[in-house]
Amino acid sequence: MDVPAATPFVFLGCIELQELLGLRARDERELMEQLERAPLGSVYYHTHSVFLRHARMPGTFPNDFANWAASQVGDQALGERLAVVDPFAVETLEELRDELVSVIDLHIAALHPVPRVVFGEPFFFVQSHVVEVPTDLAAQTLGEFRRCVAEVDASSIYFHALESRVRRGRRRGDFAEWIEGALGLPALAGKIARIDPYVGGLEEMRTRMLGLLDAALAEEAPPRGR
Amino acid sequence: MAVSPMHIEDYREVAPKGTVEFLLGLAERVRGRRFLHVNSTRAGGGVAEILSRLTPLMTDLGVQAAWEVIEGDPEFFATTKAFHNALQGTEQVLTDGMLAHYLEVNRDNAGRLQPEGDLVLIHDPQPAALIEARPPRGKWVWRCHIDLSAPQRPVWAFLRRFVVRYDAAVFSLPAFAQQLPLRQFLVYPSIDPQSEKNRRMSRREIAKVLGALQVPDDKPLLLQVSRFDRFKDPVGVINAYRLVKRYHDVRLVLAGGGAADDPEGAQVLAEVREAAGRDPDILVLDLPPDAHWQINALQRAATLVIQKSIREGFGLTVAEAMWKGKPVIGGAAGGIGVQILYGVTGYTVTSVEGAAYRIRYLLSNPALMRKMGEAGREHVRRNFLITRHLRDYLSLLVHLTA
Repeated sequence: MDVPAATPFVFLGCIELQELLGLRARDERELMEQLERAPLGSVYYHTHSVFLRHARMPGTFPNDFANWAASQVGDQALGERLAVVDPFAVETLEELRDELVSVIDLHIAALHPVPRVVFGEPFFFVQSHVVEVPTDLAAQTLGEFRRCVAEVDASSIYFHALESRVRRGRRRGDFAEWIEGALGLPALAGKIARIDPYVGGLEEMRTRMLGLLDAALAEEAPPRGR
Repeated sequence: MAVSPMHIEDYREVAPKGTVEFLLGLAERVRGRRFLHVNSTRAGGGVAEILSRLTPLMTDLGVQAAWEVIEGDPEFFATTKAFHNALQGTEQVLTDGMLAHYLEVNRDNAGRLQPEGDLVLIHDPQPAALIEARPPRGKWVWRCHIDLSAPQRPVWAFLRRFVVRYDAAVFSLPAFAQQLPLRQFLVYPSIDPQSEKNRRMSRREIAKVLGALQVPDDKPLLLQVSRFDRFKDPVGVINAYRLVKRYHDVRLVLAGGGAADDPEGAQVLAEVREAAGRDPDILVLDLPPDAHWQINALQRAATLVIQKSIREGFGLTVAEAMWKGKPVIGGAAGGIGVQILYGVTGYTVTSVEGAAYRIRYLLSNPALMRKMGEAGREHVRRNFLITRHLRDYLSLLVHLTA
């Protein structure tokens, strides 16, 4: 298993520059209308790169739209409905936007008046620009790969496991693609691709990956004492 | 302007793991590019404080960083002070003569400084009109540190005609962004963990400072650090303390400064002293603007910290207190809500009663205070240290000058 791959895995980190769009919403209809006209980079910012910005708070929802509805408007029901929209279950950001819009549309169709912010903050639309940052880390074997995953900045986990799926069309993420393509380990690649980012954020993803990599390395290690 | 050298390696122990390597990697992408900061003062105030440290750190990372300061006469600074107040929503009168003088001073400074760089970051309204003299090369960005959420329209209209000529603007909170035909970015301000105000202190050093300030350490200490300004609601803090005092034997320290050269500050200080009355457990400390070491000691000695502002720009005293492991109870204003994670690092409140209730609740739960203090320090480590600020400015340099 520790046979060097022909192509090394080169780890990149990233940072996110946050661009303010000047779009804001004070009620749920405005949220829907602004979401329809916001650039896709903004849909991405409020649903995906949440992972980059902060560790998950206990009890909060996994995207900004759901959190705003629940905590600023006080509409727990819309918060819950938006929270279960899985951004990784759709092919494109456009589809994700349509899904979010239809959830809000259906929700407010039954409400009069439309819930709005009274004491809370408006929703401010922000757009994400991800800037790649080189790290000095590269791996050619599974053992080296494991050491790099343990050491690398959390933004690198984000960049290769999540960013690459959405913006670079790698549906299973860079890690799984390399493990299958370069190391020829499809079963391990499948397990890594199935790690759920919503369970505990980037550090939990790292921990779970390390567990899977350790198990795979242990399987191949020669038994002791022989 | 020459600034003392600083080294990014000095931040390895305090910034999140991997931060220094990350900054070195990012800096590789912008090595040798010219990044010029221009503001209106070299000492005093948060902008100068952060530039005096950001600029040498950028240099250490291989960026050709420079910091220039515009010069002006008292009339110019009276005008820009009026700008500042008007942009933060206070009615001001600005005459045509004042506006003409503002432009004249900016033109003089443009001739003297001839600002240029791959990225030129102009801080706040004072030097904003330097844009009239921009050279053909390089990107120019206006960095606004003040609360622009409800500006006095005529003053904003005057300033806006310069702002729209920039390539981009940077604000500290989304609520401060404006309708502008240029790109607007969000960059939170930061604290420097190695500065005199935030660096580690020994118990002996803390005790020595408290002794000099005549602050006894025999009771739990509630602290608010801020200018004596009605927007910081110091009288509200005293009223909250009185509600708490029925249940907990605590001492309140209100520490601030700037009253000597600010007529309104002196008036508010007098009101605070009157509200404090003869209560020996309320200490009102009028400190000089450079009392960083004293503020550090007070924040470290506090049991919990209050920042009960009703209007706030960003309120970095919250991050300072959390960096020292203290839970913070803050007013729901400006950047305080971004810094306090509700129920995790402290609480935001909207009334005297709310502040009193949360103070009582925390004083009765020392284990929760410890947990919140630890969470607060980690929250600041990830989000509000100068290393994160540096990262944001370098990424702006990458993004705009690629």
